[in-house]
Amino acid sequence: MRAALNGGLRRIPIRALWAGGLIPLALLVWDAVTGGLGIDPIRDIEHRLGRTALYFLIASLAVTPVLRITGVSFMRFRRALGLLCFTYAGLHVLAWAVMDMALLWAAMARDVVKRPYLIFGMGAFLMLLALAVTSNNLSMRRMGTVAWCRLHQLVYVAAPLVTMHWIWALKTFPLEPALWLAAILVLLGLRVAVPRPIRWNVAAVQK
Amino acid sequence: MPLRWSDVTPKNDYLNRRAFIAAGLAVAATPGWALTGKPSALSTDQKPNTLEEITNYNNFYEFGMDKTDPARHAGAMVTDPWAVEIGGMVDRPGSYGVDDLAPANALEERIYRLRCVEAWSMVIPWIGVPLASVLDRAGVQPGAKFVAFETLYRPEQMRGQSRPILDWPYKEGLRLDEAMHPLTILATGLYGDVLPNQNGAPIRLVVPWKYGFKSIKSIVKITLTDSRPMSTWEQMQPSEYGFYANVNPQVDHPRWSQATERRIGAGLFGGREETLMFNGYGDQVASLYAGMDLAKDY
Ligand code: HEM
Repeated sequence: MRAALNGGLRRIPIRALWAGGLIPLALLVWDAVTGGLGIDPIRDIEHRLGRTALYFLIASLAVTPVLRITGVSFMRFRRALGLLCFTYAGLHVLAWAVMDMALLWAAMARDVVKRPYLIFGMGAFLMLLALAVTSNNLSMRRMGTVAWCRLHQLVYVAAPLVTMHWIWALKTFPLEPALWLAAILVLLGLRVAVPRPIRWNVAAVQK
Repeated sequence: MPLRWSDVTPKNDYLNRRAFIAAGLAVAATPGWALTGKPSALSTDQKPNTLEEITNYNNFYEFGMDKTDPARHAGAMVTDPWAVEIGGMVDRPGSYGVDDLAPANALEERIYRLRCVEAWSMVIPWIGVPLASVLDRAGVQPGAKFVAFETLYRPEQMRGQSRPILDWPYKEGLRLDEAMHPLTILATGLYGDVLPNQNGAPIRLVVPWKYGFKSIKSIVKITLTDSRPMSTWEQMQPSEYGFYANVNPQVDHPRWSQATERRIGAGLFGGREETLMFNGYGDQVASLYAGMDLAKDY
């Protein structure tokens, strides 16, 4: 079963994940063009991009625990998941700068250093940027595995920051980002609690 | 035939309600669905937002925290019968009906700017009466200094109240001179029609120079007092929401800037506008705060 699943996953081209991962963007563009967004379309664009980025971030965090616990490997897709996250995060920041803030540079600069929710968002964005530019084989070789892995552990800082960015932006304490934060902490906990693959079925692993 | 709130209560959302009204008109052919207000010199000449925008983008946490929740869920609130309990330091305390407080022949149209504390804005054509006319009728006693307001508390019809997001019922307050100011109204309608539930039916406060959360909706209680009432947001987070909550571009919300605002309906590249002191009503209201440090009394 597990072997069959892993075999099936191996046959899915990475490009298919990219195509699927860009569907939320296509839907958003479609809604924006056809007037399918709400009364304040800018806010909807900003929020949907931000949320999609967070979903891909969490999906990429889940890859290792899922592999260790179930033996099912999405490892091939992890880089694409991370880069999809960064794509949406970049568009989210772009939507904020161009549509929401209308490129009022001075106001943007003042806000980003002063407002906790933007400090969290910018912090997370810079970390994701560092991860995105090193998400290629050349960087992995140049940096060496140890340094590369250490850098990419930043994702465990970036992900909680994103949820704090969300919580701090709202007037009252919201449930949804708090649940995502809990999910992230569980994934981090699993990484620590299950440091290497569980051998549920020795025969299957040995084939 | 007098206007009855039950006849015009939205069933589900405002669009359904319009179909419902059209059907009602066709059957009963009663006049009196519409509400007309005399034009007022206090109205802005800026272009009002559309009815669709005004009725589908609301902060009314009694029905949920998303801007679209009120349009979806406020239909469950029963607004007829409705009574507003006026009490405290007044000569004629009692329970007043909406028509008593805002009789048809006293209604005025007030096209006001609305500035939300979240840094967005709209222009809304309210219909209502000056709050001063209501307070005069009740007879304010000499010692009264403040007016406290309370929203309906009815969790079985107001689904947001079943969660402790805020300390229900919602409360607000004004200084007596703010309450008596000619700009301050109790609104019962907008756009030539009675208020949709999501906008605070059947009767709500509108104070155009303060952030929107001061303009309390669906009022059931008005109390004149000599001590400053505590308002809901101030109680929850006093460092972020003051009692006055005057629109002030120089005093930021601790977590975001208030210097500029985004006009709802301006389009994807509509940009931002500078926020005006007292939301542009400074000529009329700045004198109320003469000598006060507005960075301290925010
Ligand atoms: C410079 C960096 C960033 C800026 C300026 C920024 C800006 C914003 C703004 C203005 C909002 C709306 C807040 C409101 O509703 O008032 C927001 C919400 C949000 N942002 Fe960001 N953001 C940044 C980085 C990020 C990153 C890196 C992510 C995710 C990977 C992210 C995910 C989100 C999410 C999930 C929301 C909440 C969406 C919702 O309420 O539905 N943000 N951000």
